[in-house]
Amino acid sequence: MNPMRRRRAIESALVHVALVIGVAFALYPVAWVAALAFSGTPAPEPQVMPWPQQPTTAHFEEVVGATATIGDDSVWLFGRQLANSLVVALATATVGVLIAIPAAYALARFDFLGKRSGVGVLLATQMFPAVASAIPLYLVLEALGLLNTRTGLVLCYASTAVPFAIFQLRAAFEAIPVDLEEAAMVDGATRVGAFVRVVLPIARPAIAVTALFAFMSAYNEFILAATLLDDSRMFTLPVMLQHYVGEYDAKWEAFAAGALVVSLPVMALFYVAQRHLVAGLASGGVKG
Amino acid sequence: MMRLRPLALLLLATVALLWPRSGAAAERVRLWHSWRGQEQAVAEALVLEFRAQQPDIEVELLSVPYDAFSAKLASAIPFGEGPDLFVDSHERLGDYARRQLVAPPGDAWDPAAFVDVATAAVTVEGQPLALPLSLKSLALYVDDDLAAAAPPYLEDFAQLQARLPPGVVALAYEAPNAYAHAAILHAFGARMLHDDGSFGFVGPRTADSIALVQDLLDAGAVPRDADGALVTNLFRAGKAAFAMSGPWLAADLGAPDGTRPDGSRGHRWHVVPLPRVRATGEPMQPLLTVESLMLSPAGARKPAARALARWLASQPAALARMQQARAVSARRDVVADDPVVQAFAQQARTAVPMSTSTAMRAAWEPANKALRKILRGDATAELALAEAARRFEQVMRPPPPPASPLPLLLALAAGSLLGAWVLLQRARTAGLRERVRRSLPAWAWLVHAVVAVGTLVVLPLVVGAATSLFAGPPGDVHYVGLANFIDILRARGGPLFASGSFWLTLAVTLLWTATNVLLHVGIGVALGLLLARPVLRLRAAYRVLLVIPWAVPNYVTALAWKGMFHRQFGAVTGLTMSLSEWLGTPIEPISWFSRFSTAFTANVATNAWLGFPFMMVVTVAALGSVPKDVLEAAEVDGAGRWQRFWHVTLPMIGPSLVPAITLGAIWTFNMFNVVFLVSGGDPDGTTDILVSEAYRWAFTRDAQYGYAAAYAVLIFVLLLGLSRGLDRLRARAVARGGA
Repeated sequence: MNPMRRRRAIESALVHVALVIGVAFALYPVAWVAALAFSGTPAPEPQVMPWPQQPTTAHFEEVVGATATIGDDSVWLFGRQLANSLVVALATATVGVLIAIPAAYALARFDFLGKRSGVGVLLATQMFPAVASAIPLYLVLEALGLLNTRTGLVLCYASTAVPFAIFQLRAAFEAIPVDLEEAAMVDGATRVGAFVRVVLPIARPAIAVTALFAFMSAYNEFILAATLLDDSRMFTLPVMLQHYVGEYDAKWEAFAAGALVVSLPVMALFYVAQRHLVAGLASGGVKG
Repeated sequence: MMRLRPLALLLLATVALLWPRSGAAAERVRLWHSWRGQEQAVAEALVLEFRAQQPDIEVELLSVPYDAFSAKLASAIPFGEGPDLFVDSHERLGDYARRQLVAPPGDAWDPAAFVDVATAAVTVEGQPLALPLSLKSLALYVDDDLAAAAPPYLEDFAQLQARLPPGVVALAYEAPNAYAHAAILHAFGARMLHDDGSFGFVGPRTADSIALVQDLLDAGAVPRDADGALVTNLFRAGKAAFAMSGPWLAADLGAPDGTRPDGSRGHRWHVVPLPRVRATGEPMQPLLTVESLMLSPAGARKPAARALARWLASQPAALARMQQARAVSARRDVVADDPVVQAFAQQARTAVPMSTSTAMRAAWEPANKALRKILRGDATAELALAEAARRFEQVMRPPPPPASPLPLLLALAAGSLLGAWVLLQRARTAGLRERVRRSLPAWAWLVHAVVAVGTLVVLPLVVGAATSLFAGPPGDVHYVGLANFIDILRARGGPLFASGSFWLTLAVTLLWTATNVLLHVGIGVALGLLLARPVLRLRAAYRVLLVIPWAVPNYVTALAWKGMFHRQFGAVTGLTMSLSEWLGTPIEPISWFSRFSTAFTANVATNAWLGFPFMMVVTVAALGSVPKDVLEAAEVDGAGRWQRFWHVTLPMIGPSLVPAITLGAIWTFNMFNVVFLVSGGDPDGTTDILVSEAYRWAFTRDAQYGYAAAYAVLIFVLLLGLSRGLDRLRARAVARGGA
């Protein structure tokens, strides 16, 4: 038993070494962003370790304390925009996943007219660079009366996220054995009932990841948000961040501070979501 | 009581009559700008003051990030949605006039109010199109603690370098940027653009101006590869005796006596006009930008908008902007008292206003590429400048002649006839009605997805794709058939594998996609497998830390990577320096963006870093649904680790990974951000991929949307072909594996 245990210990140590190297690789550039965000007056010098120069929290105070006078009242712009960002991104994730789930299930389980071409069109939407479609999109939203509304923005983001969500979820649904639903349906459940009670719980990891992707794509986007919205009280945080980059100069320290602040909720969300990534099996009780 | 009734009715009637009128009287005026900091604060204060004088007019101020400003104007104003007034640089007036985004200011224009250079700058085809607010140009910042006075000639900075302490550079400015170089170019009597709109960045005078910069770089008097942030940081940290920069640098410096708002002390500084060039005896003349107030066509018709415009361009408003935001006023009757503003005002008098010609936008890219090429020593001035002229000509070439839409209509008609015939055939033979009936339940699960994706994704893309059949300047496009495609595929008549040609860019794009996808999948799956081990301490911490590259907005991390690869001050350079110290052998710092191989590596490193968490998360999620007993059974059977991975784990997670890999490959193919922000196409556009070419044609090369859309369609066709091909291969592999 002893050599076996020693082998286990060595192996576990190696795994940790590999993961620590991975974490170092992941963190090093971000550490530079952090060093910049905490620096007073960064002097250009070739440094190896990302330490802030003349440490200060002034840039964070500037970003978080951003206010604006709109009309006659003073608005805490950062708070508003953080709330907007979270609401828009959460709504995008919810709407996007809700749209994608039934469609993905249909693609995974049914055979129907137009299935092949539908999948082809979905894949095709991802291939087309959006270089010339900004103005047509503006036109569509104007026709729908959704310009300058967060609803319109959410619908745009969600529709953009839907094709990937469908692909991801279809693969997850296909991996679930059909027998489980059939058994439920024999027991008297409807198709919808079997889907909700049997399939969805098992697909939870995939749904969590898909929702996370939709959240991320909406949370970091700024060009569309700046183009479709006309009121700074509706803007999302990335729009505010982009303000630190001007025509001639950029306040990189404030931008870096803002970028770190913006990414905190994402990390928190990921911390919460990551437990769901493995929870599907335990609750579903699938045996291959 | 009864007698009061008519009175009450009368009152009600009066109110009813007054109500809509008082509502209509409060006119709303919308003003968009991209001001920040002090400038924004002054603008808000001025608007408050205006509303105190004109309570009937409501003013909506909107601060739009500069990067989104032009795109927002161009999409909103044509639909009557945009602002009544907006603030932008005068050099865009030519383009805005062509797209009918601006209208003459009418009675808001005061012919005697502005200095001549400002009036001239905002005049397009004999008509003033905007109200000049402030003048912006480069000037010379002097660090009083490092240098006594500014040398009279630019050439003197080379000698000055020897007298400075080590680590201090004589003159910090953006040498590889044509905007900054124009100040020297003008002293040699050349221009970026001639008056007739032809390219001016050519000939021996331009070559001489670049040779002078080369001497300064060789003497170490000017930092190589400097960008705006580096210039600011060098001067602010007391590492540059002089800096050539604009008024925006002053906002970062604190007071000229060295005191800073946070209580620390910096060096003392002041501003003077730029020196002369000894070779010609002429003063350096920087480019002048006139920040102007423009009226949209809708705004120009509103008296309230014109009233606000008059107020914002008035003397009291200009004084407020000067005193609180150090803006150099464009008005004759505002005289500077602050020495910094005085110096910039003096510089503005000799500065050269930027041309409003739309050709100006096409001139920057070739000029920048040639300048960098010559400064790197990759080409002689003669060759590089001739190439720049050719590139400019390519962008400015006349659009293809209008084509007859008849072939397109015929093709469409034939296509729909064929489609109808096929449908009819199917209906007759295969029992279509039966199939439709059986498809109905499935369609019920799908209909909302079809509607959402159809209207908000597919429709805009199809309309966008259709623009590839059109050409011509914005506002005057015509149908040209397939001319854009033919032009791209023929590499615009040049050599097929020249820099910037479709075929070379395609090769780079394929290499880029393959390398990145391999790295993403390799790193992502490996880390995902490690994270999914049954027993792992700190699993949650690892998971969250490893996903950070994906969580931080990539705009800023891409720039952090670019900074790490800086030849002089980057962290990678720092690493190689400490490595060479440790080894005892000198390693030359690498100039990452001067060769294709290293610049491409830098791009790939950045993108691999950005993309691996995605594959890792997908892997972890996929492993989450692999039944553990299968893996355990394999272990009991005595399968080796590698065999278990290859024969059990991989086939189990494969189906979930395939869509992520396919889409990941497509997204990498179209990954515009990293290429644009890290290498920016350097050297000489060789690291550009197809999608960044498309963006350049749409946004920096004279707004040729049709041409950009043609690139987009070609990318689409390529990806479609590639994915079909891969599908076939996979199907064949599966078939063979089964047999």
